[in-house]
Amino acid sequence: MDGDMLLAVRDLTVALPVGGRLVPIVESVSFTLGTREILGIVGESGSGKSVTSLAIMGLIDVPGARITGSVRFRGRELVGLPPRAYRALRGREIAMIFQDPMTAFTPVYTVGRQIDEQIRAHQKISRADARARTVRLLGDMGVPDPERVAGRYPHQLSGGLRQRAMIAMALSCNPALLIADEPTTALDVTVQAQILDLLRVLRRDYGSSVLLITHDMGVVAETCDRTLVLYSGLVAERGPTGALFAQPAHPYTAALLDSIPPLHGLRPARLPSIPGSPPAPAERPAGCPFGPRCTHVHAACATRPPLVACGEQHVACVLPTEGHPLPPRRVPEMSA
Amino acid sequence: MALTVLRRLGQTLFVLVGISVLVFLVFFATPGADPTARIAGRNASPETMARVRVEYGFDRPLPVQYARMMEKLFVTRDLTSYVNRGQKVVPEILEAAPVTLSLVSGAAAIWVVLSVAMGVTAAALRGGWVDRGLMMLGLVGISIPVFWLGQVVNLVTQSRYHDSWLFSWVPGLGYVPLTEDPLGWFRALVLPWLTLAVLFVGIYSRVLRADLVAVQSEDFMRTARAKGLSPARVLLVHGLRTSMITFVSLFGLDFAQLVGGGALLTEVVFGLQGVGRLTYQALSNLDLPLIMATVMYSAVFVVIANAVVDMLYLILDPRVRDGR
Repeated sequence: MDGDMLLAVRDLTVALPVGGRLVPIVESVSFTLGTREILGIVGESGSGKSVTSLAIMGLIDVPGARITGSVRFRGRELVGLPPRAYRALRGREIAMIFQDPMTAFTPVYTVGRQIDEQIRAHQKISRADARARTVRLLGDMGVPDPERVAGRYPHQLSGGLRQRAMIAMALSCNPALLIADEPTTALDVTVQAQILDLLRVLRRDYGSSVLLITHDMGVVAETCDRTLVLYSGLVAERGPTGALFAQPAHPYTAALLDSIPPLHGLRPARLPSIPGSPPAPAERPAGCPFGPRCTHVHAACATRPPLVACGEQHVACVLPTEGHPLPPRRVPEMSA
Repeated sequence: MALTVLRRLGQTLFVLVGISVLVFLVFFATPGADPTARIAGRNASPETMARVRVEYGFDRPLPVQYARMMEKLFVTRDLTSYVNRGQKVVPEILEAAPVTLSLVSGAAAIWVVLSVAMGVTAAALRGGWVDRGLMMLGLVGISIPVFWLGQVVNLVTQSRYHDSWLFSWVPGLGYVPLTEDPLGWFRALVLPWLTLAVLFVGIYSRVLRADLVAVQSEDFMRTARAKGLSPARVLLVHGLRTSMITFVSLFGLDFAQLVGGGALLTEVVFGLQGVGRLTYQALSNLDLPLIMATVMYSAVFVVIANAVVDMLYLILDPRVRDGR
């Protein structure tokens, strides 16, 4: 069933040593990503979204970290892949863009040189050819005067330009999968919209699939085909973005959606927020991790709920099986 | 860029003038000390006193005295020592400078190469026994007093085992000018170089390792790894290159203070007539002209080295280039 899938993650668990014992930061996360699909991974900070993406990239190098489960990329198992083979994959077939473009470039080299470096790390081409490709890529990303920008140092560029250069670098080897870790968080709202447009265009022009990691439900609604909601390192809910926004099945998803300010109509004086904060991975309760903050919590939540189908989604909540699914949301206009 | 360099040179000149004024005031304008009597010597006749007073301008206001002193230091260069009458101070320093410069440059080359090799190796194999061993070695190097190490080296190579095949090539203590006999120069200096370098290898390798480890957690290092670069390339091209900025500033200051006379102990132990030893002699005899001259010389080096470090910054760090 995962045959035509580009990426199939199953029961991915990442445990890092904290204070002398292994603590599972991400637990049994499963999802799939099809070709040319954009999947959004949403969650609060600390929910394990970045750790999930770094695990897929093979970039978790904490001594003593344990990664179990399965990550199949084009049918190839990535968990336990030898470093040399991983390196050939990174940057070439799976590329990543990071949250803060200010610090993600090495400050002492020009942007162009850093893009050339990635091209030349994976292909045997001359310096001049690599630079020509760099300039073309920067142009494709909507960078004005790409030749000049390629010769500039990171600190000389604006945040938006830097992020475009970052995306150009990620796309320089035509990766099949692009992992974007909060690509718009550090940017102005107007630039954010441009970068999101760019990500959508990529899928059309470059045929890349995108794993978009964000904490911003608005970004998800605008960009993603499907959505995965993580809470405290566990999957809370996953499904097609439209369905998930129209009728969230997990109380956490519903609460997240309620905390978005409405675009039209009367604005509430105070947006609803979720009381409390997510548990630290080491103190995760044995039952539903969202239980302590959930308005629907009851006795059945003391055992961890399995992921069950509910409408078009899968949800880790007991409410649907008990016959009391959450009602549809009143404001469906967010699902673009 | 050119403007930056010019401005920096102007600042350098300004600082040098400031230091010379300060040193002059401290040594010659201290109340209660009459420099005329000291220069003229004990039991000097009133005529001699009068001549000295006129020659150095001690009967004129301070600014004139200062100008006279600077003229004697830099233009006519005939400032003479209080202690060895007739011994001119400036040629003495010019004679000692190449010795110190040879000693310090050689040691610097050794300590830069060794500490970069050790620091990078330790950072690459972080947490392993190689890392721990190298850093322990660095700590030992820092803890060994240079005069003790020098004496031990002398004891082993000059007397105890001098006749064995291993150390029979070691010449007697002292300096051989490079222009006269390059091989002799090298042979005379190689042990002092190593001795002087040990401390700095220790410091620099530890600093560099710490810096490289800190850089590892930077976002751009993660980006470099995400690009699929080899670990060696990530560490050297992205990590070491960035760490070099700290390394260079540290190096500039240490190098300058050593050239300015900080290598005193090594010079004394190995019988090298360098600037450090000269300064020491001047201080123990309270030879004011010589002190004045050596302090100026050392200040010149520290300030010039600082200017050079700043120039290197401009080359190494593009952010600094735009910042000014």
